[in-house]
Amino acid sequence: MTDDVAVLGAGMHPWGKWGRGFVEYGVAAARAALADAGVDWREVGSIVGADTVRGGYPGYVAGATFAKALGWQGARVTSVYAACASGAQAVSAARAQILSGLADVVLVVGADSAPKGFFRPAGGDRPDDPDWLRFRVLGATNPTYFGLYARRRMAVHGDTVEDFAQVKVKNAASGALNPNARYRKRVTAEEVAASAVVADPLRLLDICATSDGGAALVLSSMEFARRRGAPDPVRIRAVSTVSPRYPRTVLDLPDIATDSAVAVEPPAETFRTSIARVAYEEAGVGPEDLSLAEVYDLSTALELQWYEDLGLCSEGEAAKLLREGATAPGGRIPVNVSGGLASFGEAVPAQAIAQVCELTWQLRGDAGDRQVPGARVGITANQGLFGHGSSVIAVR
Amino acid sequence: MVSGWFAGDGNDFRLLGTRCSACASVFFPREDAHCRNPGCPGGELAEVALSGRGRVWSYTDSRYRPPSPYVTDPELSWEPRALIAVELAAERIVVLGQSVPGVTVADLTVGMEVEVVPGVLNEDAGTTWTTWHWRPTGVTA
Ligand SMILES: [Zn+2]
Repeated sequence: MTDDVAVLGAGMHPWGKWGRGFVEYGVAAARAALADAGVDWREVGSIVGADTVRGGYPGYVAGATFAKALGWQGARVTSVYAACASGAQAVSAARAQILSGLADVVLVVGADSAPKGFFRPAGGDRPDDPDWLRFRVLGATNPTYFGLYARRRMAVHGDTVEDFAQVKVKNAASGALNPNARYRKRVTAEEVAASAVVADPLRLLDICATSDGGAALVLSSMEFARRRGAPDPVRIRAVSTVSPRYPRTVLDLPDIATDSAVAVEPPAETFRTSIARVAYEEAGVGPEDLSLAEVYDLSTALELQWYEDLGLCSEGEAAKLLREGATAPGGRIPVNVSGGLASFGEAVPAQAIAQVCELTWQLRGDAGDRQVPGARVGITANQGLFGHGSSVIAVR
Repeated sequence: MVSGWFAGDGNDFRLLGTRCSACASVFFPREDAHCRNPGCPGGELAEVALSGRGRVWSYTDSRYRPPSPYVTDPELSWEPRALIAVELAAERIVVLGQSVPGVTVADLTVGMEVEVVPGVLNEDAGTTWTTWHWRPTGVTA
């Protein structure tokens, strides 16, 4: 277990398809987080940017891009890329700097202007890039992988497409209450069933869209928080950024094949399970302590997978947990009360940060209509392309 | 584009991977630089033909035309292709591939036996790009 860091401020730019540059969203989110923290930008000792790779040249140096836009003031600067886990790695870098005494207060920012339609690799012929190869050789988009997982769950655990649709119904109902969400309309199971199949058995409303958006956090040492009159702030107690262990036997983005288990027995736990376990161990809490969870519902079926990987229920029991209402608002362990990616869509460098923003507001009791009463412990979970794991546990 | 990933004709068509001489780990797509088993001292990586048959781990399809670098003719209407992840028992590996043309998700079940067959990824006036396809055993189309 490591020491806590304080979350002094959280901010977002609302998500949608706004058609502007990612810097604008990031700066808006950063200013909102600084205002929320009551911290002047010139007091910030370090800025960590989560990179977008589709925004052109400035995306690769997101930390400096945001620092320039906010006004150069000499802060330490870091830029992080870890695909969907970029935001969590940015939080991790910020936390490490605070705990090591390199900085007292750190601004973490992620933002993106997403392209329309499927994500795809950068241009050019690049046969040494697994991400390029899966598109070129197989036409395998992200939703095709989600479709494979969904079909596998149906075959192994007996999940149904109606179960998957109920995840969308649940998350859309929460998203309708969230002013930062892109989609703010309730969805019915009939509407999910009537939407077009994208990757069998998943339909358009089972799969998250691509979006523009931004999210930011102001993190500080506990000592700095006390000095600023915040003796009892939301605290980050764990950040898990583990990688998989060989042999990785679940086919995953962007790979064409799994590792072979012919020479080494597979680990007892899957990669996603290990992401959560490391977070729980670091925080000294377990699934029974959680008040809420924010997980990557890239597809509705994938949210069910996370229930099991987070230990909210045993393997194969996720659909049952959903049907019981345990993961809905008012249930034993509400999942994605923010509305999740179902309501936000993907703004890759921002979304893991946005998950921590939601925990922060929930743990403060500031989440308005979507507040989980008495929330004390929250977890986020996601996973980035190429084996980036990420989970954050925050407490009050 | 993917030279050395498969070889052979007709019934002899096989996916090609590599096998580590020190720990026997198998790699597909082929790994020619270093064995990726973290506990392996590192051995020579020799080419190995993978099993020709396996069982369906899962399957899906693409109802929308995938973006580039996938190559399709935008003049033609899009025909969804099934994608099948296949478990090869001897190698204890799962390999993703397209189904043979004409086999759709309605023809597939998890656990079904499939075999690897030569296929065409794309053709233009001068070149034919070959690939591998999975075909349910017993289907000859
Ligand atoms: Zn080896």
